[in-house]
Amino acid sequence: MRYLLVEDNADLAAALTGRFALAGHVVDHADCLNDAELATRTTDYDLILLDIMLPDGDGRSFLKRHRAADNPTPVIVLTARSEVSDRVGLLDLGADDYITKPFDYTELEARVRAVLRRLGGAAANTREFAGLSFDSTTGMISAAGSSEQLRNRETRLLEVFFAAPGQVFSKSHLMDRLFSFSDEVSENAIEVYVGRLRRKLASSEATIETVRGLGYRMVRRE
Amino acid sequence: MRHACLAFLLIVRITAAGAFEIEESHLYPGGDTELRILSTADSEVFDPIIRAFQSENPGLSITYDVASSAQVMTALYREGAAYDLAISSAMDLQTKLANDGLALAYRSEATARLPGWARWRDRVFAFTQEPAVLVINEAALAGLELPHNREGLIALLRGNPGIFDGRIGTYDVRISGLGYLFATQDSRNTESYWQLTEIMGRLNTRLYCCSGDMIAAVARGELALAYNVLGSYARARLAETPGIRIIEMEDFVSVMLRTALIPQTAVATEEAGRMIDFLAGMRSRPELAAQSGLPPVDLDESDANAAVVRPIRLGPGLLVFLDRMRRDTFLRSWVSSVEQD
Amino acid sequence: MNAQLPSIRRRLVVQLALVAALLSVAFFLTVRGVAGNATEQTQDSILAASAASIADAVYSDDGAVRVELPYSALSMLGTVSEDRVFYRVIVDGETLTGYDDLPVPSGRAGPRAPLFDTYTYRGDSLRSVVISRALSGASRPRRVEVVVAQTRLGLEVISARITGTATAIAVAFFLVATALSALAARNALQPLNRLAETMARRGPKDLRPVTDETPEELAPLVAGLNSFMQRLGAALTRSEDLIVEAAHRVRTPLATVRTQAEVMHLQVEKPANRSALRQMIRAVDESSRSAGQLLDHAMVTLRSDQLETEETDPGELLHDVVGRLGPTAELKDITIRLELPPEQTRVMGDPILLQNAVRNILDNAIKYSAAETDITVRLEPGNPCRLVFCDQGRGFAAADITRLPDRFSRGSNVSDVVGSGLGLTIVADVARAHGGSLEIADNPEGAGACVTLVLPSC
Repeated sequence: MRYLLVEDNADLAAALTGRFALAGHVVDHADCLNDAELATRTTDYDLILLDIMLPDGDGRSFLKRHRAADNPTPVIVLTARSEVSDRVGLLDLGADDYITKPFDYTELEARVRAVLRRLGGAAANTREFAGLSFDSTTGMISAAGSSEQLRNRETRLLEVFFAAPGQVFSKSHLMDRLFSFSDEVSENAIEVYVGRLRRKLASSEATIETVRGLGYRMVRRE
Repeated sequence: MRHACLAFLLIVRITAAGAFEIEESHLYPGGDTELRILSTADSEVFDPIIRAFQSENPGLSITYDVASSAQVMTALYREGAAYDLAISSAMDLQTKLANDGLALAYRSEATARLPGWARWRDRVFAFTQEPAVLVINEAALAGLELPHNREGLIALLRGNPGIFDGRIGTYDVRISGLGYLFATQDSRNTESYWQLTEIMGRLNTRLYCCSGDMIAAVARGELALAYNVLGSYARARLAETPGIRIIEMEDFVSVMLRTALIPQTAVATEEAGRMIDFLAGMRSRPELAAQSGLPPVDLDESDANAAVVRPIRLGPGLLVFLDRMRRDTFLRSWVSSVEQD
Repeated sequence: MNAQLPSIRRRLVVQLALVAALLSVAFFLTVRGVAGNATEQTQDSILAASAASIADAVYSDDGAVRVELPYSALSMLGTVSEDRVFYRVIVDGETLTGYDDLPVPSGRAGPRAPLFDTYTYRGDSLRSVVISRALSGASRPRRVEVVVAQTRLGLEVISARITGTATAIAVAFFLVATALSALAARNALQPLNRLAETMARRGPKDLRPVTDETPEELAPLVAGLNSFMQRLGAALTRSEDLIVEAAHRVRTPLATVRTQAEVMHLQVEKPANRSALRQMIRAVDESSRSAGQLLDHAMVTLRSDQLETEETDPGELLHDVVGRLGPTAELKDITIRLELPPEQTRVMGDPILLQNAVRNILDNAIKYSAAETDITVRLEPGNPCRLVFCDQGRGFAAADITRLPDRFSRGSNVSDVVGSGLGLTIVADVARAHGGSLEIADNPEGAGACVTLVLPSC
């Protein structure tokens, strides 16, 4: 999927771009409203992540123009301002959701997923591997004519494997992807989710393999 | 009326000071409080009034002294005699007493009901209105046209000197205060007064001190007529005196107001005030008016014949004829008219 | 309370009444003075006429001077009043007739010109006049003086009557003027009362300038009021802006730190380093959350101070917040069950504050709930109106239940979860501002706790 990130903080922008890339998404970065306008004019984005305080103006005016132009691309606002007063105003201006800085990447990811799901999702988001079809937005998997709904953490875990089938992911990497920093969980929790995922993938050719001492990877069952 | 006199003591008092003369003195004994009245009215006339008043005020002893109006004046004005009430027919003298500060003021509901002309300065209160009338002997004037005004009277006298010579009576204004009052009012009211006096003088008019004497003389036939007689007295005698007739002049009638006042020397002022209230209310006691023959003041003040019937007005005007020079002049003119010898 | 000045209306009425009283007194004095003079002049002229008529009646008879007192000379004095009358005719210094001891007004006057005086005689105050004339007799001219005097009782009666009338008119004028003053004061102050009513009717946040038509005297007040409200509005906006700005200032660097730590965390392999970085990120989250809630709390306090209520649907409000926090719950596979009554409900309140309170409760519930549990959000309409949030988390320690809504107070069993302790304080403040309360209890359906926002009615 292709996202536009409008954010003047270069560090934050780089980090977010990196995180979205891990999930297989392409992120274009604009550090001012001017660049953002240009980008939206030339490219169709699946989602816009919009900072409010930008060097050349207020993100809200961009949002207003965006909605006035009937542009259907969903917008999630990244705000560092107070929740109380901004919330109503932002949603009224046409933001699909907003998140307050600083935020945990997993929460942003969850909100992106929720927004995309609410807007009907995108067909392009369905990927296949070894006879297993997976929609990372809705968390639906199907194989051999039967489909099953994954839970949120299972979905996100499977999404990691789908981004690079065959690649080994360490337990700590998976933990970073699955849990927020505020969750105090042990690495053993990963084993629980991997176990569940294996059971739900049982009807397909795909499975999660343990690479002893290194981690896990998704492979075609032999 | 004679038998009534037996009920009370009759004292003819010769006053020790002797300066003023009292003709009669009557004591109506009662309680401790004494009310002393000095009056010009005959005691017979006032007797029923005093008795009625005393029956309403039983705690009161009343002394009723009778004197001439001139003596009343002397007593009160010059000598400061001690009386609680002065009743007089001489309005001018009463007025002078009030004007010169020798009368006490008195106000009550009864005096307030009196018409304005019947009181002066809340000191002089009129309780009767008594006209001056002509009294004739019917027999003497038989066949003659009766006069109804002064012009007529002058014509009658002038036309019948034989009938009237020596048979006309009137007040000696030198000794009668009331006579002087009537005479001066006549002189003020009509031009013909002096003419009348002149003729009366020529016909050897006889002079009297008092109305009573004149009426009696007319009744006896000694007089054919008497001029300026007090109508109230005449009317009172009418029933018992056949042959006399009263004529009220139609050009004008002088009406004397009998007045009462409380002298400055009064002690029983409260009782005196009660007596004044009693007198002022005489109109509501017609039987008393009838007994005494005193016509009470007409409270209604009906002006129907006001032009003819002229109550002599209380007020400073009355002082004019008391002026010693004016009186002197008037008497000189009068004497020269009446005594033409 | 400020010391209150007496009401303008009362002061106006009192001042107008004072003016009316002054006018009344002036009127009274004038009338009495003029009338007094007039009656005195009337008496003087009658006295002079009387004396003149007596003087005219003096004649010489055979060398003797005589006077024939005219009846009218004294009777005219009796026409106006019942005053005592005295007179004296003097020829060459000797009394001809009248009252011998009547004093002659002293002073010089021209021939036949009356000379007046006032003195006491026989116990009464007298107004007296003397007129002199020369009588040309046969032998020698004689000097005749005529004195006429009268007491002043009638004058006093007339004067008293005039005084009475003048007093009555003055009092009536005063009463009418005072009544009219009261009326006028009320009318004059009506715009002021109207302005006061307009201001009293306004909501606390209504800082629009006053545009009602006002009399020009009130223009400075209204202008001052408008300027004050403008400044107040600006100050309030500044306060809110300050909070917004502060949030931005605090959060932006925190976000940067957090991001860099996160990036580093991805690159570092050593478990000890990773753990340290995680600690750091958690610390950042904690400060960020605390700062956010502090600022939220400031905003809540600001808005509670001048609570502006409007009709709000609590069901819709709960629905919004649940929707908003859905993704957060989902991360932990927590299911939020929303139970709303079928009918629409209404509550009077500040929707932003209520939303903030509800979000804080739900945020807490999600934070302290274990993964794959349920949270029940229920609206129980009625009086009172209850917004119930039940989780299956670890619940509250019994000792904490009364303490938790206090500022910076945290549960004794939650040291492992990021939190500032301000969340429930904000909720309690919002509840109080709306005349409601916050209830904390164990979940009656098993593990966990129930937090209830109680509002007066819905």
